[in-house]
Amino acid sequence: MDDPDLYAYRPWRERAPLRWPGGATCAVWVAPNLEYYELDPPPHPKRRAWARPHPDVVGFGHRDHGNRVGHWRMAEAMSAFGFPGSVSLSVALCQHHPEIVADAAARGWEFFSHGITNTRYAYDMSPDQERAIIRDSVETVKAATGQTIRGWLAPALTHTVNTMDLLAEAGLAYTCDLYHDDQPTWVSTRNGPLVAIPYSLEVNDHYGFFVYNMSPRAYAETLIRQYERLAAEGASGGTVMCIPLHAYLIGQAHRIGPFREVLRHIAADGRAWIARAGEIVDQFRAQVPPPETRP
Amino acid sequence: MTLDPSYLEYPRRRLGYDHDLYDWSNIHARGPVAWPGGAKVAVWPCIVAEFFPLTPADRPFRAPGHMQTAFPDYRHYTARDYGNRVGIFRLLDALEARGIRGSVAMNVAVAERAPALLAAVRAGGHEIVAHATDMNGAIDSSLPAEEEEAIIAGTRARWQALGEEPRGWLSVARSQSWRTADLLLAHGFAWMADWPNDDLPYRWRNGIINLPLNHELSDRQIINVTQAGSDSWAEQIGDAAAWLADEAARQGAGRLLPLQLTPYIIGLPYRVGALERLLDLLRSRGDCWFAAGGAIVAEWARQQPG
Repeated sequence: MDDPDLYAYRPWRERAPLRWPGGATCAVWVAPNLEYYELDPPPHPKRRAWARPHPDVVGFGHRDHGNRVGHWRMAEAMSAFGFPGSVSLSVALCQHHPEIVADAAARGWEFFSHGITNTRYAYDMSPDQERAIIRDSVETVKAATGQTIRGWLAPALTHTVNTMDLLAEAGLAYTCDLYHDDQPTWVSTRNGPLVAIPYSLEVNDHYGFFVYNMSPRAYAETLIRQYERLAAEGASGGTVMCIPLHAYLIGQAHRIGPFREVLRHIAADGRAWIARAGEIVDQFRAQVPPPETRP
Repeated sequence: MTLDPSYLEYPRRRLGYDHDLYDWSNIHARGPVAWPGGAKVAVWPCIVAEFFPLTPADRPFRAPGHMQTAFPDYRHYTARDYGNRVGIFRLLDALEARGIRGSVAMNVAVAERAPALLAAVRAGGHEIVAHATDMNGAIDSSLPAEEEEAIIAGTRARWQALGEEPRGWLSVARSQSWRTADLLLAHGFAWMADWPNDDLPYRWRNGIINLPLNHELSDRQIINVTQAGSDSWAEQIGDAAAWLADEAARQGAGRLLPLQLTPYIIGLPYRVGALERLLDLLRSRGDCWFAAGGAIVAEWARQQPG
């Protein structure tokens, strides 16, 4: 396979401008990953969950810090400056640590699925197996929060070539799995269209701190530069900036202070439409006609 | 393509963790701990003194900082030894000049090989934390149980021969097996520092206390792994202290700031000034309680009896 044939090529220069509410130029959404990592998950043939033999004390303990300590720091900073979360949820967190899910729901955050846990991978799943984790996600979040999820970010970013078709089949509206644009785009599937909303690898705190080894203040400056550029370009057609977060990273005591200043900056700027993922998807759907269903 | 159906089974999907080692707890909703003198942040200086044998055992894995070239790796052997000959005395001096007593997590081999260093640690009033035998004394679940017990029991016996009874333990690379916490209790250890999952001590179901030595804040992580430099390290720790103190004041509940210091990293001439400036900054805040790990654990346990 050369091309997964997910979407049409559309150059950045030749698009009808998107318009965001209130004349905003950049839709900003914050995506906290509320995740559960198992200490002792079963092995997957294509990917090890942990670098070390179980128990991987530092690997697990680091993630656990997010669920014991970091979540509330991250959430309070977001609430303080009026940023609702659009949660990438390991849906088994509803069973393991329901207090965290309840806190997010009480803040008015939107949930989408990030799989069952972040240590169970979708590679090599049959369509029926992948259908089962999508159905589990819808039912689990509905039971825990009353919300019907509309979106997907594959568990640990593990996919099959059927994933997009199965998300559309299940009636989901958006995917956060594709990183090809700074605006929403339509994805063609065999079961009707999906919207790909820009998430981000590059300004994800995981990349900032684990891949690029940024200091907390350098990461904060990176987010501000990303925002300033997208807000400026958005004057000729609305852009999207996502800030994907992990409480075990951004919620550390040396990082949360500088990050708070980023939210203060964006909230005070006046060009940002601070929104949930589903609201951005709906604005896009109302302005851009969908593609044909794939054969 | 299909996965083995067992991969989708999840019997431990339940309230709490998928393990039985300790219970989940939200730090922001716990019964508060109050540090002595009304301090907001317990600052735990923890110097880590390591002996890297010239021949790595590679069993069960090679520790961070260990030899890197073909045998004999004089380059790294001596550069690590520099920490125990020179760098650590700069760190001890920096603490002594400010009246700070902390912990020194030592491979017992360091104490045996360098009695003068052990004497200096004692003279400084610092607590000794057991840190395995040497940097070949790593543990994980692939190590046979009798070998793991030999490391923990051997460390205990060798410290006893030196007249010491450490109550705290730090594993090589913080790596444990499923057995480690039980073995530590059985061999007289009351607390361990391996699990970096909290900003306060907490108790395991078996009774041992974990005092988190946050790896993210260590000089190794910030200076060696992320290559941020010692000024950035000091700035990041200073930012952490400010955040923790503010959070402690808002919640009326103390917090922990571990300060992991590696002699061959932060003890270099061009870096140690950053440590001295950081210690001065933390002292000038007026809301930090500098203490050894064992003292922090004891204060916490007095207020949070098991």
